[in-house]
Amino acid sequence: MRLQLPNPGLEDRILSHEELDKLETEEAGSGDRPKWDNKTQYMLTCVGFCVGLGNVWRFPYLCQSHGGGAFMIPFLILLVLEGVPLLHLEFAIGQRLRKGSLGVWSTIHPYLAGVGIASMFVSLMISLYYNTIMAWVMWYLFNSFQETLPWSQCPLNYNLTGLVSECEQSSPVDYFWYRETLNSTPDIGENGGLQWWMVLCLVSAWAVLYICIIRGIETTGKAVYVTSTLPYVVLSIFLIRGLTLKGSLSGVVFLFTPNLTELTNPTTWLDAGAQVFYSFSIAFGGLISFSSYNSVHNNCEQDAVIISAVNGFTSVYAATVIYTIIGFRATERFDNCLGGNILVLLNTFDLPEGNVTESNYDQVLQSLNGTHPEVIQGLNLKTCDLNTFLSEGVEGTGLAFIVFTEAITKMPASPVWSVLFFIMLFCLGLSSMFGNIEGVLVPLQDLGVFPKSWPKESTTGITCVLCCIVGLIFVQGSGNYWLSLFDSYGGSIPLLIIAFCEMVGVVYLYGIDRFNDDIEFMIGHKPNLFWQITWRFVSPAIMLVIFVFYFITKVTETLLYKTWNPESENFPTLEEKPYPAWIYVIIFILAGIPSLAVPGTALFRCLWRKRDRKSEQQELKTVSDQMDMNDKAQDGKSRT
Amino acid sequence: MRCLRMLVRILVLLYLAGAPALAQTLCQPNASNGYRVRISIKTALGNQAYEWNENEMFLFRATMAFAMRRYYKTETYNVDNIIVCNQTRRVSFWFVVISPENPTMLIPKADVEKAVSMSRHRINNAFLLTDRTLEFLGIYPTLAEPVNPDTPPWLIVFGVVIGAVFAGIIALLVSSLLQKRRKEKGMMEDGQDEEDRQMKGVENGINLDGIYNRGFTDDDRFTKL
Repeated sequence: MRLQLPNPGLEDRILSHEELDKLETEEAGSGDRPKWDNKTQYMLTCVGFCVGLGNVWRFPYLCQSHGGGAFMIPFLILLVLEGVPLLHLEFAIGQRLRKGSLGVWSTIHPYLAGVGIASMFVSLMISLYYNTIMAWVMWYLFNSFQETLPWSQCPLNYNLTGLVSECEQSSPVDYFWYRETLNSTPDIGENGGLQWWMVLCLVSAWAVLYICIIRGIETTGKAVYVTSTLPYVVLSIFLIRGLTLKGSLSGVVFLFTPNLTELTNPTTWLDAGAQVFYSFSIAFGGLISFSSYNSVHNNCEQDAVIISAVNGFTSVYAATVIYTIIGFRATERFDNCLGGNILVLLNTFDLPEGNVTESNYDQVLQSLNGTHPEVIQGLNLKTCDLNTFLSEGVEGTGLAFIVFTEAITKMPASPVWSVLFFIMLFCLGLSSMFGNIEGVLVPLQDLGVFPKSWPKESTTGITCVLCCIVGLIFVQGSGNYWLSLFDSYGGSIPLLIIAFCEMVGVVYLYGIDRFNDDIEFMIGHKPNLFWQITWRFVSPAIMLVIFVFYFITKVTETLLYKTWNPESENFPTLEEKPYPAWIYVIIFILAGIPSLAVPGTALFRCLWRKRDRKSEQQELKTVSDQMDMNDKAQDGKSRT
Repeated sequence: MRCLRMLVRILVLLYLAGAPALAQTLCQPNASNGYRVRISIKTALGNQAYEWNENEMFLFRATMAFAMRRYYKTETYNVDNIIVCNQTRRVSFWFVVISPENPTMLIPKADVEKAVSMSRHRINNAFLLTDRTLEFLGIYPTLAEPVNPDTPPWLIVFGVVIGAVFAGIIALLVSSLLQKRRKEKGMMEDGQDEEDRQMKGVENGINLDGIYNRGFTDDDRFTKL
């Protein structure tokens, strides 16, 4: 006896299998609903949406900090148990109901419309800040077309007597990122005004996005030929270049050395689950939209498996490439550190050059320490350890804009590598933005916000312009802090809630039996036992566990954020400050409104319906209504 | 008279004999008007490093004399005016510059510094070294003036990209506008051929050109009972 929640009227809301077949052959609505030109475009768009910046700058960090090669085990297990079923579910339901996310959930049950609205809000919030990251990437890209990269050396101060002090104390890459790019204020409360160069980059990021989505998937489908394939080409080029650099192999070895004790740590599994979930861009609504443009008999099961495999492979591949470069940078730093120490020893003790080398450094230091301990103490020699440099694991924007850019300045022909790297980041981000924007535009159309008579170009244009204007928050002096706020709270908890509701909605409200029949109709065979178990029990359970732990962690942690404050004591270490009180309101808006949209809409619809039913019941009491009803019954009989 | 001449001669001889000794005492480590030089040949040249010997030292003194000549714009300085002492295996040593007119007087530190700074590039090149590997401790190399182009290069790239993007957007908008206008014009002209187009099935999403053969029309549709 399968658990099935009551769902009256479902049959009336969805197209039956026969109607779907007719739709397929007649193409009656060919003008209405867009279609993919070919399967390749669809696959590339989905791959582009799933493969994004997280594969490049989040996964390598997680891998290295959670036991290296051992992290593959929870990652792959959760990929199979959580990622693939969720993906297949979204593809199948979109292909079957042939609507965007809002339409799909309203169709399954009117009370579930909140899930679609929550998806739209989340996609909107993420689009706003994601394109700011694109603006940062474009800024670095524009600045890469110079012989000496601007972040390779500190600029001179005003009277040309020395280097700018802020840069001297930290490093040229830090200075370029925090001062010349972000012009960061020391506090989220000080907004620092709009930074004109970032406004220009933001406008250009939105303009490039607009030209790619101007006619919906008609233009997006062409753009993905470049944006989805170019990152792989660039990663391969970097791999070849990276492997020829000194110290790259030590980086890769460090990344993949397994530390199996990490598997007993629950945080490892939690992080793996969260990474799989966020990496697949589930619950944004974009994947449902994309698969609804497919033909009815497209093999969505195969697509889900292929895309999951590609996503997993890309994560591992990108991690390898990134760590060859990080290994090179760490070795370079280690060599500089040791070289500096050796020079100090030579200068202090007036030893001839070549007496102290990297190989006999330790022995010489020991013997000198024995003979002149006070002198050695006074020198303050730095300890140089390669592993420390390697485990300076950075993630996120720090990896791309600080660590990697520094490594690039040490490679010969730096501008070429810089241009390639930032073009790759731009393509990765742009292809993800296509999915994000799709998750915003289609629900807006379904809600009827724009009149139907308006052409597609204007609706996308207005959306882009409005998002660009709201996105100006992120190009102020304090923009970086706002961005991490949006990232931590807007893009995490609501998605988990939405995904859980999706699974429960499809399996228990739509009905797993009906869903199985639909899939059999679409691809020719019923989904096997693996899908049944994962859809009905395993995946919802995993989602629930991750959500509970995530929620508890977020709620109990003290809200601190890291700031760049040249006046702080430990400069250049980022200073941790607590958020001001009014930020809590913002956090509630970011995380609370989409999450509450789910039960809120259900409640709203329930009350609305009760009101409608009451007014209906009042009408039926008059005689004329009764007579009309009889007539209607007669008509019905003659038609059958 | 003869006694006086003898005395003067003895004094001159003594002076000449003692001058080098006097000069040596002028050069001392941490001398107030002296500078310490540190040379790192192996760091700079690796395999092609040459050995530091007396000849190289001679070249150094000659280069310093050249620097003093250039600074004061005279031709009075010579190799003898540069005195070197306290050479170590590191290859570091102290030097002082004595005035050519008065061998007991040392040239002040500030002047030596200015002279070295002025000819630093030439001194470095004489030894195939750089500011970092031929160090004058206490004299900091002047920093190179940064090249400031009139328009920042990023602005140029930005202009190119944004120009191309806007041109593309306008092209696409214009083309879709033209398409719409053509469709509208087509609809108005074929007002009488409405029936034709209704009967023209849309097969496989492609509008068939050409007129549907009425011989095979489904007439039943138009006869109303």
